[in-house]
Amino acid sequence: MSLTTAHSVVVPSQTSKRIAGTIVILYALISIVPLLWIFATSVKTPPDSIAYPPKIMFQPSVEGYCNLFTTRTRQTPEYIESLPPAANFCDEVARKRNMVIAGPSNFVPRFVNSLVIAFGSTFCAVFLGTLAAYGFSRFKVPLADDLLFFILSTRMMPPIAVAIPIYLMYRELGLSDSALGMILLYTAVNVSLAVWLLKGFIDEIPREYEEAAMIDGYTRLQAFWKVVLPQATTGIAATAIFCLIFAWNEYAFAALLTSGQAQTAPPFIPQIIGEGGQDWPAVAAGTTIFLVPILVFTILLRKQLLRGITFGAVRK
Amino acid sequence: MAARATPARLAKPVTGLSDRMVAWLFIGPTMLLLLALNIFPLFWAIALSFTNYRANRPNEPVDNVGIRNYERILTDPDIWISMQTTANFVFWTIALQTLIGFSLAYFIDRKFRGHAFWTTIILVPMMLSPAVVGNFWRFLYEPQIGLFAYAVSFVSGIPPTEIAMLSNVTLAPWSIIIVDTWMWTPYVMLICLAGLRSIPDYIYEAAEVDRASPWRQFWSITLPMALPFIMLAVLFRGIENFKMFDMVNLLTGGGPGSTTEVASITLKREAFEKWRTGYSSAFAIILFVAVFGLANIYVKALNRVKQR
Repeated sequence: MSLTTAHSVVVPSQTSKRIAGTIVILYALISIVPLLWIFATSVKTPPDSIAYPPKIMFQPSVEGYCNLFTTRTRQTPEYIESLPPAANFCDEVARKRNMVIAGPSNFVPRFVNSLVIAFGSTFCAVFLGTLAAYGFSRFKVPLADDLLFFILSTRMMPPIAVAIPIYLMYRELGLSDSALGMILLYTAVNVSLAVWLLKGFIDEIPREYEEAAMIDGYTRLQAFWKVVLPQATTGIAATAIFCLIFAWNEYAFAALLTSGQAQTAPPFIPQIIGEGGQDWPAVAAGTTIFLVPILVFTILLRKQLLRGITFGAVRK
Repeated sequence: MAARATPARLAKPVTGLSDRMVAWLFIGPTMLLLLALNIFPLFWAIALSFTNYRANRPNEPVDNVGIRNYERILTDPDIWISMQTTANFVFWTIALQTLIGFSLAYFIDRKFRGHAFWTTIILVPMMLSPAVVGNFWRFLYEPQIGLFAYAVSFVSGIPPTEIAMLSNVTLAPWSIIIVDTWMWTPYVMLICLAGLRSIPDYIYEAAEVDRASPWRQFWSITLPMALPFIMLAVLFRGIENFKMFDMVNLLTGGGPGSTTEVASITLKREAFEKWRTGYSSAFAIILFVAVFGLANIYVKALNRVKQR
């Protein structure tokens, strides 16, 4: 049939493919320039990073990474002369700029906070979400649709609006600026995503499996544990990664509710400053380290992405 | 082994919880958490919105001011300006993202060689932290040393020192729209792509037999059938951008002046800088009712389109 028509929309013609391909590839290339620039800036020296015109070719340097992990103080050349020889590369770089490394920066503790809070809240959200999703999927829950809509609607609140009463509540409970407080809050935000996504995944597992197991003498809980959970692993893993990405990327709550001890990386990175303004190579270095895990996860998640970002509303 | 010896009727109550119990055991903890961290704070905020409480002075006496906070917000011209800024921001970001996102999806659906790889590349920006990446755009926007200003001046010939995206009153709103569009176009694209792929081939084949022009096929098959997906993407983006805080806070902080002060930024200034807790609670409630109401109306429209 397609032989008789000059062209068919079902099988796009070579020319239309070529034009479409060119446009898409062009867009893709332009859209990743900012990300490549982040990486490029992270391996530039501070003078190179603010050169005009912006430098595309340059001598790579790890100064940005050194500056990210350390704090430095300015010293007189005479004082630096009197010091024993530089112990490591970062020391050497700092001394060339008449600086001495004063100690480690806050980046590592902030990064650790991000890890603890993201993994802690993801674990809790997926744990609670799996149970609730199974409940909604398999049992006649009174007002199930209303409850599910209520769970989703908690996501519609602007974070600042939620933050006002949470701020007051945490102050009363002594949870201000604590990792536990942030884990609880992120769990509450993520559990809505977890319930909606996992309900979709569990709905797809045939009930007959559990019913067969229960006829064989399993209790409901055993059937859930030994039959349903192993079938739902892919769904649970995908959901966990989505929760992890949200908690990892979150900024508004972190900026308003944490200041020191429990501060995560997103509010910390923009505050990295050097002498006379923002230390862009250090910021870029922090940003690069912060983004790499997400890049890996995005590639792992490719196939489930659509489902995750639409709360399970669109499945391929 | 032992279970087999027990008569089936007796076995059930001994060996397991009833389904009803299991249901509550499973759903209960989630509900409790949401009650504690969503519903309770919401009611607290409603209660505060009728007072003149200030969180930075917890020991001062608190007066009940009735609905005065609500009256003041709804008659405050600054609040209306910030609502208008939000509306402009939501409108332009959604318009651009839908247009570019749908076009990209349409082109990717031509299934050229390597389309899967390039689609993955395009998807990367939306997975990243808006705050951390948005912060880096401040550097790209620097008038002289920034890559963005340099690229624009390279193309347009305007001296790079004059392209002050973040401090120019007319350009500042666009600086945020550009970053948001860069970040979230892939999101719209992905949902539109699912829509285009859901259209069965035989419809196009039938149109081909009827000698419908490609133009006609686009307007009477492709677009109407992808519309529910486009509308879904618009819904999600609309809610997200109505709440927009991170990027604006880091890029412009609401400035210059208050040209980019969207509702969330106003709310943050009132609540955490001026510490007018009662007043800002009232504003938060108004925002929540607005987004909830608009989303509900929109979902009804979406369902009508789906059923058609």
